[in-house]
Amino acid sequence: MMVLTSWGGEAASGRSASVWRRSALAALLLGAAILLPQASPAGAATVTMVQATEPPTLVSLTNVATTALAVSAKVTEGLLEYDEKLDPKPLLATAWDVSPDGLTYTFKLRDGVKWHDGKPFTSEDAAFSIDLLKKVHPRGKTTFANVSAIETPDPLTVVLRLSKPAPYLIKAFAPAETPIVAKHIYAGTDPASNPNGNAPIGTGPFKFKEWARGNYIAYERNDDYWGKPDPKVDQLIVKFIPDAAARSIAFESGGVDFGYRTPVALSDVERLKALPNLKFETKGASYSSNVTRLEFNLDNEYFKDPRVRQAIAHAIDRNVIVKTIHYGLATPTSSPIAPGLAQFHDPAPSPYAYDLKAAAKLLDEAGLTPKDGRTRFHLTLDYNPITTEGRRLAEYIRASLARIGIAVDLRAQDISAFVRRIYTDRDFDFVVNGASNLFDPTVGVQRLYWSKSFQKGVPFSNATHYSNPEVDRLLEQAAVENDPKVRVELFRKFQEIVGKDIPDINLVSPTFLTLHNVRVHDLVTTADGAEGNLAHVNVK
Amino acid sequence: MRLLSRAGRSLGRTLLQAVPTVLGIVVLNFLFLQLVPGDAADVIAGESGSATLESMEALRRQFGLDQPVLVQLLSYLDHLAHFSLGFSPRYNMPVGELIMSRLPFTLLLMVSAFTLSLVLGIAFGTLMAAFARRWPDRLLSVLVLVLYSAPGFWVGLMAIVLFSVKLGWLPSGGAMTIGADLSGWPAIADRLAHLALPSFSLACFFIAVYARLTRSAMLEVERQDFVRTAQAKGLSAFTIQTRHVLRNALIPVTTVAGLHLGNMLGGAIVVETVFGWPGMGRLALDAVMARDFSVLLGVLLLSSFVVIFANVFIDLLHAWLDPRIEAH
Repeated sequence: MMVLTSWGGEAASGRSASVWRRSALAALLLGAAILLPQASPAGAATVTMVQATEPPTLVSLTNVATTALAVSAKVTEGLLEYDEKLDPKPLLATAWDVSPDGLTYTFKLRDGVKWHDGKPFTSEDAAFSIDLLKKVHPRGKTTFANVSAIETPDPLTVVLRLSKPAPYLIKAFAPAETPIVAKHIYAGTDPASNPNGNAPIGTGPFKFKEWARGNYIAYERNDDYWGKPDPKVDQLIVKFIPDAAARSIAFESGGVDFGYRTPVALSDVERLKALPNLKFETKGASYSSNVTRLEFNLDNEYFKDPRVRQAIAHAIDRNVIVKTIHYGLATPTSSPIAPGLAQFHDPAPSPYAYDLKAAAKLLDEAGLTPKDGRTRFHLTLDYNPITTEGRRLAEYIRASLARIGIAVDLRAQDISAFVRRIYTDRDFDFVVNGASNLFDPTVGVQRLYWSKSFQKGVPFSNATHYSNPEVDRLLEQAAVENDPKVRVELFRKFQEIVGKDIPDINLVSPTFLTLHNVRVHDLVTTADGAEGNLAHVNVK
Repeated sequence: MRLLSRAGRSLGRTLLQAVPTVLGIVVLNFLFLQLVPGDAADVIAGESGSATLESMEALRRQFGLDQPVLVQLLSYLDHLAHFSLGFSPRYNMPVGELIMSRLPFTLLLMVSAFTLSLVLGIAFGTLMAAFARRWPDRLLSVLVLVLYSAPGFWVGLMAIVLFSVKLGWLPSGGAMTIGADLSGWPAIADRLAHLALPSFSLACFFIAVYARLTRSAMLEVERQDFVRTAQAKGLSAFTIQTRHVLRNALIPVTTVAGLHLGNMLGGAIVVETVFGWPGMGRLALDAVMARDFSVLLGVLLLSSFVVIFANVFIDLLHAWLDPRIEAH
């Protein structure tokens, strides 16, 4: 009612306005009456998650947009979850075994698990899901490439037979990455248009309740959850707030409880850190590490010459990028494998350190001397619009390259036009892009450097058109190498070669923070943090 | 009765004009959208960060993008002819259903902002005219200038900072308290509390426009002969101002307001973004970004209907304000 007094008071000062005021009030009440809310349990413990945009689907089966990954696991669980170091922990599978030759994976499933519609969960469901994922998941064809047969010897055992070892496979069974769906719902249907994507049925701690499009998703407690006494909250709400400033305000005013992948503008982080009711968490982001990169189109006349690429590498200072573009919330990396994948990451610095004189010398050697005394040549720089840092990084690169005589024009476009330009039309010079390393370099990094992954029309493939037979050999061997030590060696060698060849310049790995209200506890318990099933979340 | 038959005639005439217009809008939009680089499959793959040749093909098949453009257009028109807005593969639901879930929120925001801007604008204008060139006029002029020049999203954010963060009186976003057990008056109060800031943000520019328009129109009408006659008849100043001056001054105001309804529908996108209001403007923007053209065309179609009906309503308002208009 405050709303009316706040402006009604002003209106009342006009003599003729009282009639208008009454009719305005009536109009407002009429409008409001159209939209009476639905009843819900009183005094329930509710936690609210915030997302910038609405997911296209609630099950990350045929579409793995980040927004879909964020909500999927609450209802649809996976066989395993992972601790901060990516070591597997039981979820729907209670025990697992990988044969020494790496060709047989045996999962013992949890007994007594029920789907939300009351039907029992069995090995049939798990086998069906993995087979389905191999066919329709955007990276399922890669992840499960070597799976040649799936067997279900009894209702609580699943056996995967592999044609070749897949050393990364054991890390692929997180709920959002490899969702286990009900066979009786998906069998014989088109998975992309199955209504389960809008109103999912799963085994998870939360049951789907309502999806008010463009507004919120409501989940309620699954009273029959196998992991009793979890879940500890009665309701989980996912709200969509597209504006970054409005998200900060919602955190400040307590309108939302948590968000992940740094849910506020980076420039707001310092200010919000000072507030007593909010807490930032760095854990829960190790299941997916990103690397921000400057990719060259190697078919471009200038970038064919390695000296030009080296000169550009010499002209960029990663520390400036960390400090000014990312407000300190990033780690410099010159390796294509993110520091987050600590086992494989090569911390050695780039052979092309920040050195403007060396850059100018290389360009002179390449015969690209300034024509008018200042500018050597012109280039156009595109940037991936999906993050706000992309544009600022592109601006920094423009300024840096101006200092060595390369004039850069920035080109903006939305995500669809961007993907079309880079991966289908290949109409670009160089591009600021990000790449998710996912949970293993074979799944996340190989596609960017493998010559066979140069496929027109396939986003986030080999955009540079890089081709080095030695790199191909190393990647292909690492993909099937069963010995972890040898595998690390192979990736070390790969990083060394790519670091020297620089088909792209790896710059930084952004730090993803989970932000939550202090009343929320046990939010981050796994490597995928808020992307997990949130069974343990409670409020105090 | 007269009003009703007039409404019928006006509606009939407008619909006759509307059908070819709307058809033109649909076909033109459809063809223009073909020129936009990238398609729905590119967006989904871009969001997912992963794809294979097979998954891209599957997406294009699912969206019907593997069909020739003409076949896509004809199939869309065929759906329209059957009063269906088609199906959105991205949202995995019928477009009509999707839009209808957003339409009430858009209408609520639009109607309340429109009402608010007319009420406050006319009230301010009347006051300014009544005290022309004296201090209440000057004071209100400054206020109106601020409302006129400050962008709506900025006003919205500042209002959130003041009323939500500092004072804690009003919610910072959304359309209702989700998951709260409310009914009856508390529920309506909750809706109004959520509506207050967005509708004010959307209205503030228009308040300024109507205030200035009302002021100048009233000052002009005041100089007319019939006002002098009314004064000579010995009517009170109040009656003259409200019954004679204001009523006549409202004609230009309502005319302009009618034109503004379309603007409001478009301007709502910014307000919807700042306040997380689940309206159609945001849906349209998302549909463009996602290249989900069946949704976008549906929104454009529905929006044109909303504007057409709003104009019929303004037409009727005119007739009520000045019965002479009907004669033409």
